Amino acid sequence: MQDFGAAFSLAFELILTADPELLAIVGLSIRVSFSAVLIACLLGLPLGAALAVSWFPGRNAIVSILNALMGLPPVTVGLLVYLMLSNAGPMGFLQLLYTPAAMIIAQTVLITPIIAALARQAIETLHDEYAEQFRSLGVGWWRQIGALLWDGRYSLTTVALAGFGRAVAEVGAVIIVGGNIAHVTRVMTTAIALETSKGELALALALGVVLMAIAIAVSAAVTSLRSTAGRLAYA
Amino acid sequence: MLDRTAALPAAGVMRAAPSLLPLEVTGVTFEAGGKQLINGIDLKLAGAGRTVFMGPNGAGKSLLFRLLHGLIKPSSGSITWNGRPLDETVRKRQAMVFQRPVLLRRSVAANIRFALELRPFEDREERLSQALKLAGLEHLAQRPARVLSGGEQQRLALARALALEPEVLFLDEPTSSLDPGSVAAIEDIILGAADKGCKIMLVTHDRGQAERIADDVVFVHRGQVIEHTPADEFFRLPRTPQARELIEGRLVF
Repeated sequence: MQDFGAAFSLAFELILTADPELLAIVGLSIRVSFSAVLIACLLGLPLGAALAVSWFPGRNAIVSILNALMGLPPVTVGLLVYLMLSNAGPMGFLQLLYTPAAMIIAQTVLITPIIAALARQAIETLHDEYAEQFRSLGVGWWRQIGALLWDGRYSLTTVALAGFGRAVAEVGAVIIVGGNIAHVTRVMTTAIALETSKGELALALALGVVLMAIAIAVSAAVTSLRSTAGRLAYA
Repeated sequence: MLDRTAALPAAGVMRAAPSLLPLEVTGVTFEAGGKQLINGIDLKLAGAGRTVFMGPNGAGKSLLFRLLHGLIKPSSGSITWNGRPLDETVRKRQAMVFQRPVLLRRSVAANIRFALELRPFEDREERLSQALKLAGLEHLAQRPARVLSGGEQQRLALARALALEPEVLFLDEPTSSLDPGSVAAIEDIILGAADKGCKIMLVTHDRGQAERIADDVVFVHRGQVIEHTPADEFFRLPRTPQARELIEGRLVF
């Protein structure tokens, strides 16, 4: 059993010397989660906006389901995506299991409902304010969606950041579909789980520190966006 | 039945379509939440000019404007503009300025540009600079619209509406929270638009403003139009006791 103090100092040494293995793991984590957020925004933002401005039978049910899906357990998502991508599954022919692509798919499934649900809330508030003016001007449905997405850009960016924070910190989905293979699918969270179980605390701690730093940076970005939006009266 | 001769075409709007006027409102009611808020309104506005709508709070003036502009549908009765039912095509030839201006979270210029892009104009940049000039906001064109003062915001909303060259302009208490200088600026713009042939429909509680603007006055009381009189007559001797009490500054119930 290592001494914790020694583990901490080794951890900071890994960070300060920019250890190549550490960098590779952090880099893959960010690439995977960033890609997932990008895809989730492409799907979730228009979906949220469409739900915010539309009224049809069953809409409230869809909104409730979407809100419930925000709390999807990552391991369950991992399991479902695993079943889809495994050789026996409907998308098995793509041979994506245990690749970064599989991890991107799993994280996309995990956070698309979060982004869609939060975007729906933000845009509905905006739409309540704009609806009469839009009707008066004769703004078509598609243009309304575009205008609301653009005018909600500050709050929607914070929605995307929330999605990124959730994706980069989850472990259950990526470990099932990625398999935590060194240099291929090993990301920060899966590496921390593995190294800790092996008793290799230095790398686990170093990754933990980086993960914390990312979480703090995301939250700082949200705060600064909010204050910018407030200053421009765009909030 | 329809009187097409009374309507003047809006100057500068060389449209092939016939004028939107006269407006004919027949037996219009509006209910919400089990309450009848508009109780059978009949109204005919034949010509161009400036019609001012007065009446106590809660009489239904704002609702009536929303009905006439087609933002909401009447529970019963009919509203026609020169015989045409109120649809999107008719509404797009009108514009409305709300009591609290609704401005997009964009620059002053982008707010006007957004509206201009909704119509098949070709000289949008030219119209944009005209609208900025009309509102006296050229120096603030790149400023976020929502940091402007209340008066500047309302001038922007008005210039944005007029940039679409509406044939009918609805103004729902546009100056109710503005200082006298801003009120005068808004009234100038309104009178200028009327001179170019735009039909003005204005709700106001300000007797002075009503006298400055009105050619005729429609008095709304408890969801009904109880008086429609030329302005000089209305302010000298209203026909109904409710209107008399209102312009004498007493509470009307």
